[in-house]
Amino acid sequence: MTALSALIRRDIRIALRIGGGALIGVLFFLTVVVLMPFAVGPDLALLARLGPAILWLGALLASLLTLDRLFMADHEDGSLDLVVMSRTPLELACAAKALAHWLAAGLPLIIATPVLGLLLNLDMVATAAVALTLLAGTPALTFTGMIGAALAVTLQRGGLLLAVLVLPLSIPVLIFGVAASQAAISGPTSFGAPFSILCALSLVSFVVGPFAAAASLRQGLD
Amino acid sequence: MKLSDTLIDLANPTRFLALTARALPWLAAVTAVLLAIGLYQSALAPDDYQQGATVKIMFIHVPNAWLSMFVWAVMTVASLGTLVWRHPLADVAAKSAAPIGAAFTFLALVTGSLWGRPMWGTYWEWDARLTSVLILFLMYLGLIALWRAVEDPSRAARAAAVLTLVGAINLPIIKFSVDWWNTLHQPASVMRLGGPTLDRAFLIPLLVMAVAFSFLFVTLHLAAMRNEILRRRVRALQMMQASAFSAPAAAGGLGKSALEPGIGAA
Repeated sequence: MTALSALIRRDIRIALRIGGGALIGVLFFLTVVVLMPFAVGPDLALLARLGPAILWLGALLASLLTLDRLFMADHEDGSLDLVVMSRTPLELACAAKALAHWLAAGLPLIIATPVLGLLLNLDMVATAAVALTLLAGTPALTFTGMIGAALAVTLQRGGLLLAVLVLPLSIPVLIFGVAASQAAISGPTSFGAPFSILCALSLVSFVVGPFAAAASLRQGLD
Repeated sequence: MKLSDTLIDLANPTRFLALTARALPWLAAVTAVLLAIGLYQSALAPDDYQQGATVKIMFIHVPNAWLSMFVWAVMTVASLGTLVWRHPLADVAAKSAAPIGAAFTFLALVTGSLWGRPMWGTYWEWDARLTSVLILFLMYLGLIALWRAVEDPSRAARAAAVLTLVGAINLPIIKFSVDWWNTLHQPASVMRLGGPTLDRAFLIPLLVMAVAFSFLFVTLHLAAMRNEILRRRVRALQMMQASAFSAPAAAGGLGKSALEPGIGAA
């Protein structure tokens, strides 16, 4: 247990340092959300209708951007080999790294959501709904993205390929996240149904993600 | 002779090449005959009372859609062969099946789109079945990109195997999407509990076309596997020649024995 908590502490500390990539995700989120009104037009009613979708897309792209660093930085300085060869099961180590990545890069996105909701003219209920769905959905994005990050760790120009591999797997999370937000704001359907499926997707990714990532790392690094 | 013995024998690429060289002309002939029969029956099938003659796109659209999912299932089995049993031809099978599956998926989307224009009034609609098949197409393209991104074929095979297994989750989603989300694409009419609801005048040509398309896939797949094995042999020979140039003294004794036929291939 101490090995895993040490791994988590180390990853969070590195991510929060300069060049660590955690807060850059929030900046990218901010940039995407700010760009949308320039593209869509300043109509506040339209922005409020599109708000949950814009916030979800921004969070998805921001987490995709920071996923690149999940294994690449460790691979470059050789600590990934140490993690793979250690006595701790590689699946648990991958899960620990994904958890640390979510704490350092995913949580700041959720904390930034109320501020960005103001930019998009979202009211309290909408912002709360989007923040809650992001809280339930960003772990799924991180853990399924970890599969792509593990596949791409051994490629030279892995960045863009990582996005192509991860995005089809992230689409259900996006669909249900936005559906749950819309249901809480306006829709006739209940908030509970898509939100439950969103939580289920996260729970499934907690299991599938580490196993697939560990298998990819083992196959790709030998 | 047990099945496992046969599979072990087929693991030898030279044996596989010899066997497929004999089998391919027959498979191609059977495919051509079945396609001819299927197309003839499709042309003779009656017009639908509601859709008229455009219902006949179904005889091409539905087999393409079935094959697109079937090919991913074949790749999943091949990926298991790579990861679990390290079968030498499993990664050749997986790599050569990916572009064929992508082509079937693309044709399913295009023929469906052409069918949708007169039927639904739109070339595209973001309903559950169309969206999940589009995601399947994107996953095929991502898989092909992953194959091409890694230089060493066996390492590429293992990475692609993991991605194939993860992507297999999409297959039941596609199959049941029309039952879970009642949107635009019609629900299952053939493979459902309670038997097919399609009239026999349409069901028979559809099944003949499905079998014909399956034989088409097997023929194309075996031909593509042969090409992939030969491609790997060419690569191995090129690498041996390059190392002979770069280290002529060391390779002098090794070079001759390494170039014997059958060794170091695939």
